[in-house]
Amino acid sequence: QPSGPAEEALRDRRARLQSRGLPRQKPIEGVKQVVVVASGKGGVGKSTTAVNIALALAANDSTKEVGLLDADIYGPSIPKMMNLKGNPELTPKNLMRPLKNYGIACMSMGFLIEETAPIVWRGLMVMSAVEKLLRQVDWGQLDYLVIDMPPGTGDVQLSVSQNIPIAGAVIISTPQDVALLDARKGAEMFRKVHVPVLGLVQNMSVFQCPKCKHETHIFGADGVRDLAKTLGLDILGDIPLHVNIRETCDSGQPVVISQPESDA
Amino acid sequence: NLLGVRHILLVLSGKGGVGKSTICTELALALRHGGHRVGILDVDLCGPSIPRMLRMQDRAVHQCDSGWVPVFVGQDRGIALMSIGFLLERPDDAVVWRGPKKNALIKQFVTDVAWGDLDFLIVDTPPGTSDEHISTVEALRHYKLLGAILVTTPQ
Repeated sequence: QPSGPAEEALRDRRARLQSRGLPRQKPIEGVKQVVVVASGKGGVGKSTTAVNIALALAANDSTKEVGLLDADIYGPSIPKMMNLKGNPELTPKNLMRPLKNYGIACMSMGFLIEETAPIVWRGLMVMSAVEKLLRQVDWGQLDYLVIDMPPGTGDVQLSVSQNIPIAGAVIISTPQDVALLDARKGAEMFRKVHVPVLGLVQNMSVFQCPKCKHETHIFGADGVRDLAKTLGLDILGDIPLHVNIRETCDSGQPVVISQPESDA
Repeated sequence: NLLGVRHILLVLSGKGGVGKSTICTELALALRHGGHRVGILDVDLCGPSIPRMLRMQDRAVHQCDSGWVPVFVGQDRGIALMSIGFLLERPDDAVVWRGPKKNALIKQFVTDVAWGDLDFLIVDTPPGTSDEHISTVEALRHYKLLGAILVTTPQ
């Protein structure tokens, strides 16, 4: 691309014109900091990690109020993992009251539909649903709102990052090549929408046989560490593939709460 | 376009990371071993995994007068492959698109690719039940859609 003051001015003007059509970022009332948990790739442990991050934030400092928003409209996992069910009540101001468990205020599409009902929606309807989950909830005063994102780099991610200011994004990945490919795209997406990436989490890094204790790197070794180095990002955590993590989430008693002393 | 394709198979899951792309690739290879002509259409626009799984990530697509020419895999050019992965300038480029843009590209993948004569076309989808899925089924409505395979883990 040509450079020089005239070209710079033209690029600036173009960017300003394009951004005029975009929604303005407005913070959610009462919410101090928003952290999004994303990946690009599906099935790497976003929801599991988001749930445990929210619980850990609350456990580390009992004076902090933490909320958890499940932005995975198509496959909401938070209700099951937080052992919450039911339709949210409405406040006198017609806002939805988040459901609470383990001290965390939660909101999810899963509370608004039947557990087995699929959401087969195009982007436009999804955008409107995400708006509601962000703005029409009585979050109260929160120090942290953790947002569990769906896989991909599309409508939901754009809607969330264009609508509210985000303190930072945590990107989860397994060490597997195809997961890293997508994690990289996730990081690139956050760069495009000016959301700071706090770092990467390497999930399912190693499996230890419960019988003989032999360690296997099922998804490869250190892929996420290498990617972090390439992108100049921190590794925020390294989590093993442990049957306890999955079992406790499936049963609605996440490992941070039910087994706080475990390695996992 | 798809007039020369005898059977179209959709591979879905809802949940991400359960092995859709892996199963698509293995299924295509197995059908090829069985002597069939096979194609794979990768409509996972945000996270295209198929090119990498078949080590085709450095390939590019070309135009012919009936549209885009798919990438052919193997010495015998036995599998025809189309993915957004081949259209990106760099393989790491993120595709951060809203629904309407995705829909337009998926329509093109169905109507503007010179698939030729195939026994099976396997369609790899992204997680969820959203724009990509709706657009794919709509675009394939007039062709010979055999059915869908659902992939899941026991979790």
